[in-house]
Amino acid sequence: MARKIRITLAALSFVGITLLFLDLTGILHHWLGWMAKIQLFPAILSLSAVTVIIIALVTFVFGRVYCSVVCPLGIFQDIFSWIHGKSTKKGKYRFGYTKALNILRYASLAVFIAASALGVISIASLIEPYSSYGRIVNEIFAPLYRAVNNLFASVEDHFGSYNFYTSEVWFRSAASLAAAVASFVLLGFLSWKWGRIWCNSICPVGSILSLISRFSLFAPVIDKAKCRNCRLCEKRCKSSCISIADHKIDYSRCVVCLDCLEECRHDALHYRFRYSQKENTATEQGSSSREDGEGRRDFLKTGAATAGALALGSLPIRAAAPESDSANLKTPLKPAGSESLKHFSDHCIACQLCVGACPNYVLTPSKDPGTLMQPEMVFTRGYCRPECTRCSNVCPAGAIRPVTKEEKTAISIGYAVVDYELCVAERGEASCGNCARHCPAGAIRMIHKNPEDLNSARIPSVNADRCTGCGACEFNCPAKPVKAIKVEGREVHIQN
Amino acid sequence: MKIGSAAVAALAAGGSVVVRADERLYESNRMTFRKDRKTGEDIGVLGYGCMRWPTVTGADGQKTVDQNRVNELTDYAIANGVNYFDTAPVYLRGQSERVTGTALARHPRDKWKIATKLSNFQDWSREASMKMYEDSFRNLQVEVIDYYLLHAVGESMEDFNKRYVDNGMLEFLSREREKGKIVHLGYSFHGSREMFDRLLETHSQWHWDFIQIQMNYLDWDYAESGNCNARYMYNKLTEAGIPVIIMEPLLGGRLANVADNVEEKLRKRDPQASAARWAFRFAGSWDNVLCVLSGMTYREHLEDNLETFSPLKVLDEGEVEFLHRMAKLIHDYPTVPCTACDYCMPCPYGVDIPGNFRHYNKCVQEGFVDIKPESDNGEGYNSDMREFRRNRRKYLISYQRDVMREARANKCINCGQCIQHCPQSIRIPQELHKIDLLVENLRRSIED
Repeated sequence: MARKIRITLAALSFVGITLLFLDLTGILHHWLGWMAKIQLFPAILSLSAVTVIIIALVTFVFGRVYCSVVCPLGIFQDIFSWIHGKSTKKGKYRFGYTKALNILRYASLAVFIAASALGVISIASLIEPYSSYGRIVNEIFAPLYRAVNNLFASVEDHFGSYNFYTSEVWFRSAASLAAAVASFVLLGFLSWKWGRIWCNSICPVGSILSLISRFSLFAPVIDKAKCRNCRLCEKRCKSSCISIADHKIDYSRCVVCLDCLEECRHDALHYRFRYSQKENTATEQGSSSREDGEGRRDFLKTGAATAGALALGSLPIRAAAPESDSANLKTPLKPAGSESLKHFSDHCIACQLCVGACPNYVLTPSKDPGTLMQPEMVFTRGYCRPECTRCSNVCPAGAIRPVTKEEKTAISIGYAVVDYELCVAERGEASCGNCARHCPAGAIRMIHKNPEDLNSARIPSVNADRCTGCGACEFNCPAKPVKAIKVEGREVHIQN
Repeated sequence: MKIGSAAVAALAAGGSVVVRADERLYESNRMTFRKDRKTGEDIGVLGYGCMRWPTVTGADGQKTVDQNRVNELTDYAIANGVNYFDTAPVYLRGQSERVTGTALARHPRDKWKIATKLSNFQDWSREASMKMYEDSFRNLQVEVIDYYLLHAVGESMEDFNKRYVDNGMLEFLSREREKGKIVHLGYSFHGSREMFDRLLETHSQWHWDFIQIQMNYLDWDYAESGNCNARYMYNKLTEAGIPVIIMEPLLGGRLANVADNVEEKLRKRDPQASAARWAFRFAGSWDNVLCVLSGMTYREHLEDNLETFSPLKVLDEGEVEFLHRMAKLIHDYPTVPCTACDYCMPCPYGVDIPGNFRHYNKCVQEGFVDIKPESDNGEGYNSDMREFRRNRRKYLISYQRDVMREARANKCINCGQCIQHCPQSIRIPQELHKIDLLVENLRRSIED
């Protein structure tokens, strides 16, 4: 029963979050946006203490259910593992107890924390589960989803019906595609072979939660008296954490999938309160078989590590913001709500949720090594339309804080700069004014090249104080191949 | 039958026979009436404009008004509560007053009101004007003219003074009013807002009893050729306490025969009502409107109008707003007369000019071009708003499909190279900018 609930919840959560990433209508985030916001690392980055505490408490009470139900990457691996289990006769029982790869586990956690703390979140995000899954969806599934959408669009066009906007599909960035494919292949392979080995050896979220879950109140518990050592549970355990040899379960690795309960033919396995005195159980024997001192030391050690990790995570992370000391390096543009380049790069985990949500095809993963895969704004396919605030509404990590339409009009994320050598009006090719005509902020004025001569060409002049940096001018500029008007980002956004 | 034969008799007797009709004939309870503030009498909101009486072509090829049919129409109108007849010495090349007078004289004098005008367009002398005034009494066979108008003022103050003030006519008419020969003195206005204001200033001197203006849902905010918007005029006149008589409620028939997209919306809103009925209801729905004039040539027009006004269903707020939107639609989005000859192509900046126009025209015709309803109070659940959203979606999706991103109207930089090639003399850049603005506004109206 409990297992069925787990599977049902996992399926709902997996479908929900996947649809959240795929959605083209901008409606789903009203209903499913919270699914991204309850992911642990985004919640830490957005300083959402309530979410973090709830996850910690749930883990302390029930074990790592988070990994089985909330984490899309965990469920993603379960699907691979399950397919393998179905596909061969032995597949379902291909596991067996292994020792935890603790060195790898804590080393990777340390690297993760260090990278986060140093502001190189692009590296940290490579092993962060939620954003890894986000990239997989956005780079691999989304193009397919959009292609199907476009197919529907072209079919319905023949029937004079109008339900599907055509969606553009194009190659955005080699880095995030590579990262997505690598995650997909690696995780697919690892879970096919060894189930949840990634979650218990590399995944920093898994490692953080394991520090709590090893003391969880509820867990699968082996009743040694009833156990006939058939090892079915052990062979079924995709976390390889059940050791029938000494009737112990490594609760730091158990993701509470409860598959083992299903296997036990002798009523020897139950998901129940672990510390009950009445029961003479394997758990207690297991833990008492350890030296008490070691147990206590373990507790202290892991407790401190947990606290440290959480504290580090929730501290405003100090970082080496990409400094644009080079004069010809263009300051990248970040969406309204991200406050500053530093705030953005400190918080964004490159999950690509906003990239997929951007209806104007403006957001695209950065190619700059310091902010690799974090989105930045490019105005070749559209511009940041004034009525749209989708990215700010979907961002789960607080990198783009929510802004309203009205607030957005008052935020300047950059300013337009004219290169008169390229301007068709200045060059006398044609009278133009397309930038001024499309500026939603009225920041561009067409003035006579020669103020004395009212017949002289009219060229654009930008009032940078009024410019919001939306890119309408850049997008609509006819100069080719290089635009004559370009938007330069601001390191710190200006709130007017 | 009775009336028909009486009419023949009336014609034969040169219009001196009064129809001795049954009093019940005049007891129409269904027509909506407005109280005349000066006399306290009831005026039917539908008034008969006598400039389009039916004619017959004689052996000499000359058109003469068909007195028989005029009599029939008049009888039918009066029987159904119409009691305001508006004519002028110049209508139907001078025949209208006489024919109208003949037809009306067959009915008791208290069953109808007559309005005529001082149409001294050619000769502004006092003598000519006096003659015109006196002829009206003779032609109409009346002792008293109920409503007397200075005909079509508003060109300039100079003209006004020359036509009516300098020659002493207005002074004279004012005295006639005191004597009771004229009951109401007013003028009919065509002109700019400035002229409207300046003429209205003369109210303190001449005490106009009513003013006739051109008013309909298109002229309300979008009056053409420099004319004053009806909204302004109506509000000013109401403020000044001067009753309004309405002419051109159909804008010369344009509002009876609207574009398909507007027609469709009107029909959707009320499948039973003709476009003309909407326009009449708009004109009649204002409290300070005494009477709405309609020149009805055929019995069918008369019947349709009588149905509209018997009783008049005053527009509710939502319907008024709906018509304002229709007006904006008619005004802002006429189709572009592009024949897709492609002479303008290729555009040096990549715009698919005929493609943009083809898409836009299609959307106008299919009714995808729509105006956002104002009374949305942010909720957006009313049916107008839902329809607007549907149309917006259709417009934007079809635009995306029909015109490539790099070929859309926003890429037009106004270089003007296309204009000289267009055999239809379309002002291509302006039209493209209009389309671009339409798309921009549609997209900006998207709520997230």
